[in-house]
Amino acid sequence: MKTEEYAVAVLGAGAAGLAAAAETSSAGLSTLVIDREKRPGGILLQCIHNGFGLRCFNEELTGPEYAERAARKAEESGAVFALGCSATSLRIREDGTFELLLLSGADGVRKIHARAIFLATGCRERTRASLAIPGTRPAGVFTAGAAQKLLNREGMLPGRSAVIVGSGDIGLIMARRLRWSGIEVKAVIELLPHPSGLPRNVAQCLDDFAIPLYLEHAVVRICGKDRVEGVDAAPLENGVPNPEKRFHIECDTVLFSVGLIPENELASSAGVVLNPATGGAMVDANYETTVPGIFSAGNVLHVHDLVDFVSEEAARAARNIPARLAGTEPGTRIRARAGANLKYVVPSWYFPGRKTLFSFRPLIVAENGWLRAEINGTTVWRKRMPFVRPAEMITAEVEAEQLSGEGEVVFHLQEGETE
Amino acid sequence: MIYDVAVIGAGVSGSAVAWQLSRYELDTLLIEREADVGFGVSKANSGIIHGGFHHPVSTLKAKLEIRGNLMFEKLQHELGFPFRRCGILVAAFSEEEMAAVRKLYAQGIANGVRTLEMCGRDRMLRLEPKLRSDVVGGFHAPGGGTIEPYRYVFSLVESARRNGVRLRCSWKAVRGEYRNGRWILFSEDGDQVEARYLVNAAGLHADEVSRFCGAETYTIHPRKGEEYLLDRCSAARPEHVIFPVPSKHSKGVLVIPTAEGTTMIGPTADPVDDKDDTATTTERFRKILDLARGMIDGIRPGDVIASFAGLRPVLDSEDFYIAPSKRVPAFIHVAGIQSPGLTASPAIGEYVKDLLKNEGLRLTEKRTIQYDLSPHREVRSLPPEELEKLHAENPAWTRIVCRCETISEAEIIEAVRRGHTTVDGVKFFTRAGMGRCQGGFCTAEILKIISRESGIPMEQLTKRGGESRILVGKLGDLEVKA
Repeated sequence: MKTEEYAVAVLGAGAAGLAAAAETSSAGLSTLVIDREKRPGGILLQCIHNGFGLRCFNEELTGPEYAERAARKAEESGAVFALGCSATSLRIREDGTFELLLLSGADGVRKIHARAIFLATGCRERTRASLAIPGTRPAGVFTAGAAQKLLNREGMLPGRSAVIVGSGDIGLIMARRLRWSGIEVKAVIELLPHPSGLPRNVAQCLDDFAIPLYLEHAVVRICGKDRVEGVDAAPLENGVPNPEKRFHIECDTVLFSVGLIPENELASSAGVVLNPATGGAMVDANYETTVPGIFSAGNVLHVHDLVDFVSEEAARAARNIPARLAGTEPGTRIRARAGANLKYVVPSWYFPGRKTLFSFRPLIVAENGWLRAEINGTTVWRKRMPFVRPAEMITAEVEAEQLSGEGEVVFHLQEGETE
Repeated sequence: MIYDVAVIGAGVSGSAVAWQLSRYELDTLLIEREADVGFGVSKANSGIIHGGFHHPVSTLKAKLEIRGNLMFEKLQHELGFPFRRCGILVAAFSEEEMAAVRKLYAQGIANGVRTLEMCGRDRMLRLEPKLRSDVVGGFHAPGGGTIEPYRYVFSLVESARRNGVRLRCSWKAVRGEYRNGRWILFSEDGDQVEARYLVNAAGLHADEVSRFCGAETYTIHPRKGEEYLLDRCSAARPEHVIFPVPSKHSKGVLVIPTAEGTTMIGPTADPVDDKDDTATTTERFRKILDLARGMIDGIRPGDVIASFAGLRPVLDSEDFYIAPSKRVPAFIHVAGIQSPGLTASPAIGEYVKDLLKNEGLRLTEKRTIQYDLSPHREVRSLPPEELEKLHAENPAWTRIVCRCETISEAEIIEAVRRGHTTVDGVKFFTRAGMGRCQGGFCTAEILKIISRESGIPMEQLTKRGGESRILVGKLGDLEVKA
């Protein structure tokens, strides 16, 4: 088994990995991009609908088209691909560099040494089990993404009539996709009082097909012995399903679109500390994790709404790698925290006196809100937020002079017109 | 052909009986109504090798439990299933519970289990630092352990088949007649087989088999147990199996470090009417979570990656009923095999073999026994050097299909070649799809491999046989409504 040396090893050739590889490779760092699939693109390859690329490529593209463009950019920059390869271990060596083991059908076992690791492994879907949905376990229960893969990449039909649990974007997109395949969509059922996916997807994927969306409802049981025969749903009252108002919906398929979990198991095994609010790594404003030399961006860091934002974030993150590998110490870092009405803020640390782009996930629906940064109880920065909803990530740049470094910065999102 | 023995039911009991009989010059048939072996009661087992202290030795189940427990090292050596004698801790969290623990300990000692050790609080916490610090004391049963129940059944059956036992799956017996010195057994599909002796190891359906064969009348009461599986990354995984103080009907909710590196919490014990009622419920989930968190720190609901429920086949006596019928000839009941049935199973096999001998079955030991099973190689537990060798043999060994459990294409192919052609069969044999994404990423790939290797079209593949098809057809098969 020979050892291969690279400056940077990028885990994952989805949107984030490809963008990061293009950056580091263009900067003259030897870069290896690793992916399990035989083609680069990650989940984009099964997203055959359009709506991607308006920011990054000035054009509306399908998922596979976006993947192709992003892959070409990485290739042209000189990045090397290791496709069909599974990374099974990530180890920190004594000198602080890294060793990866890759398994592949083509090459067997490969040992990779790299000075920096870029985590771009994306997410997995939350399953029925993570919601502990009661009932039997018949065939016909899929995550939305698994059904999407079966339909779009294998050309196979997962069922004839479906109920979709959760109104995340993948679920909404799949509602339309099922209809276009001749599969009846009986209902989309959402726990929250508002859809989890983007408004445009609610309009284009549900409303246009008159698919009923049940907000503040829960699936309380899956029925069927061999194959799904239906689900029982009930409205939420004071946060819990009211069993007296439960109703049955017949269907042979249940799709779950109930959120994504960043795939950080390999990172955790190397000691990367995760942020419980995102499931992603805690990173500083260089997107460097708690393990020096390991960087992270894209959906494995925090779940994004648009792939273009993923590419942008990964490129931004990767631009910090050359200097770090050249020995530049990042300096003191100070904590950034999410306060009122924000689920999280990324990054978790800022560098005093450096202009920083922060990303937030709001917890509320608000019009005319304010996003405010506070250091030691004093407001140092604020920005008008005309329209805020949990389905849409917020990003905001805070100027260098406002991040003085006198203490932790805490962000708050406030409703209403008053300052 | 007339078989010497037909065993109805290929769960742990029936498979252990068939395996025992495969050592003798006999024609043995093993019959299973489900699509694969171990797909009934056995697959939803907690996978505990019990420590011989829960039941008084006056019961048949305790006798067989104690004997069975001692047989697992040899069996594992021969059959290669995952098994760890990790030990059991029975933990008390109050002085009342401590009194019950002392009684249980005394029963174990009376049963002849010599290795039990009474422990104070400090000793318990030293043995198991993840126990909640308000533990009062308990005892340690180093002879207890965990096993992967389906792999155990698969390997028993594989070894039995290598030594001549015939297997028929998806064969549901519906009628039996004793005529001219032999049993004729009819299937739901109109098939029939003949055998000189019948062993009724039909689990939940043993009462029905007994009835349609004209043997004793009894009722099997299904008792449901829900279980929840935690990610292998869960911080809650203990070193030992953690037991609470038992109640009258159950050993209680346990925290189980499974033989394969995950953690399981459960089971509950609730009587149900329906032999198909394997539904999980929100109430029981909360109950299990509360009880397990009362014993071990670090259990997070977010770590749950799968839930399931199994049904224990319970008789009114609460004991095993393993005996020849007094009403019909050449018929052995193996009924009411609830906990500790898995632990007892090797001893059940021996016991039934002896009963058959008493009933006149002639046992002649085979001169040669095939001990070699095909090796069960697992990529996730092999060092890189070994993987390179396997890759040279066949590149499919290093092509990973199931990322969460690190299962290669070669392992899936091996499962199909050994006759596991359902998605659950492949899952139980290899663990592919058993990890944290629950098959979200790899189901499509697994279906393709099963289809390619078995010749069964993709759309006809099932989760676990019968009507449990995964797909309904190809894109374009359904009419699209405007």
